[in-house]
Amino acid sequence: MSMLTQKDREFMLPARPAFIAGSLFVALLFNGLPWSGVWLALRPDMVALVLLYWCTHKPHRIGIGIAWTIGIFADVADASLFGQHALAYTVLAFGGIVLHRRVQMFDLRQQTLQVFLMLLASYFAYAAVHWKIQGHVAWTYMVGSATSALLWVPLTLLLQSLRHPRSTSERP
Amino acid sequence: MDNTSSVKFFNRGPSPVVRLVFFSLLSLLLLFLDSRHQYLESARSVLSTLIYPLQRATALPSLVWHEADEFLTTQTRLNRDNGQLRAQHAGDAAQLQQLQGLLAENARLRSMLDMRQRLNLPMQAADILYAERDPSRHKLLVSLGTQAKVQSGQAVLDDTGVVGQVTRVHPLLSEVTLVTDKDHEVPVQALRNGLRMILFGTGDANVMELRYTPVTADIQEGDVLVTSGIDGTYPFGLPVAKVSHIERDPAYPFARVLCTPMTGVHNHRWLFILSSQDKLPPRPEAATEAAPAKSRKSGKAAP
Repeated sequence: MSMLTQKDREFMLPARPAFIAGSLFVALLFNGLPWSGVWLALRPDMVALVLLYWCTHKPHRIGIGIAWTIGIFADVADASLFGQHALAYTVLAFGGIVLHRRVQMFDLRQQTLQVFLMLLASYFAYAAVHWKIQGHVAWTYMVGSATSALLWVPLTLLLQSLRHPRSTSERP
Repeated sequence: MDNTSSVKFFNRGPSPVVRLVFFSLLSLLLLFLDSRHQYLESARSVLSTLIYPLQRATALPSLVWHEADEFLTTQTRLNRDNGQLRAQHAGDAAQLQQLQGLLAENARLRSMLDMRQRLNLPMQAADILYAERDPSRHKLLVSLGTQAKVQSGQAVLDDTGVVGQVTRVHPLLSEVTLVTDKDHEVPVQALRNGLRMILFGTGDANVMELRYTPVTADIQEGDVLVTSGIDGTYPFGLPVAKVSHIERDPAYPFARVLCTPMTGVHNHRWLFILSSQDKLPPRPEAATEAAPAKSRKSGKAAP
């Protein structure tokens, strides 16, 4: 029971908008690193992960609209068509917001599977557009959603630990 | 989905489903516009400008890494590279020399080809394989033999003129006696006045001799001697030699006339064998000396 309250408290941790924006910015930077070859195929979509983190932890702060906007930026950075990432992130944010209660019920390891399914859904949205426009399916990016899911645990721990000290200092 | 109801309860705007549909449609609209039309290029360029510093910032670490890597290139590596480059340079120099040889050969082959077109006679190109070991005998072995239908007595040319004739044929090789061999004679004509003479080899690569030329014969230094075509071995008009020295001693009936071969007889790797010639009618038996196919070319062209 204390475990549960502990976890609930984790989800209740406050998050300043600047911190959210900063984390998304860093994620965009991470995606913009010069990946190539095998690493490009394995590249985790950090933006998607961070978005999902905020959607599941602060569903009232981060909504589908913000996800869509970030997707537009990702499209420009990626030189992909306008709306491709936006659509994928919209689907992802929707999944995260609708399912955030459900995700909160599980512990971190179990969350990984849930997250993987949501990332997969967003990948399919991306791949469908890619297929419709480029004429072939970008299978290689699917590996990226698996590595992204594997990074869910470390990323959550990292963001929680970053929020913790601030929260303790702010707490009366 | 209880979440949606709670959201509704707090009146937080449209439900996630509505938002999902709205933004998805927006995305699809943008996709359609972007893939079919060019309307969005300006928007993209504006956003790109916004994002550009970001991209530069992300490229920075790898840039710094490369710079540092280059800076820290050690002297040993430079030394190693230097050694490798030296070795490569030596190899390249050797290849370059070979290339020069090949260029010269190519030029020669071109001029031979030219000659072949000029003569318009059927010829076969042959590689020189061996040279006679005895230096006093000027003979070569070339790469065509009976398999190429070479016959004894055929003339051998290079790009400037007559080199010799085939004297013996093996299955894969044939022996060529050069015009400078001391047992070889060529029936020639002076190009200037058509005077017919016989040019003898002397066994010296640079000297040939016109024997049996009367002291009074009209011959001058610098006269070019071409084959006369008499006796059928050599076609008419191929340059053979140039008169280089004349001694007229009234004590002897014949002048001593020395010539220099036109062709660098010893300069080649490739020669032409004249494949077929017009057959002359056989010489009447009454003649002093039968001239069989072997035809050591005792041309009877003495004036």
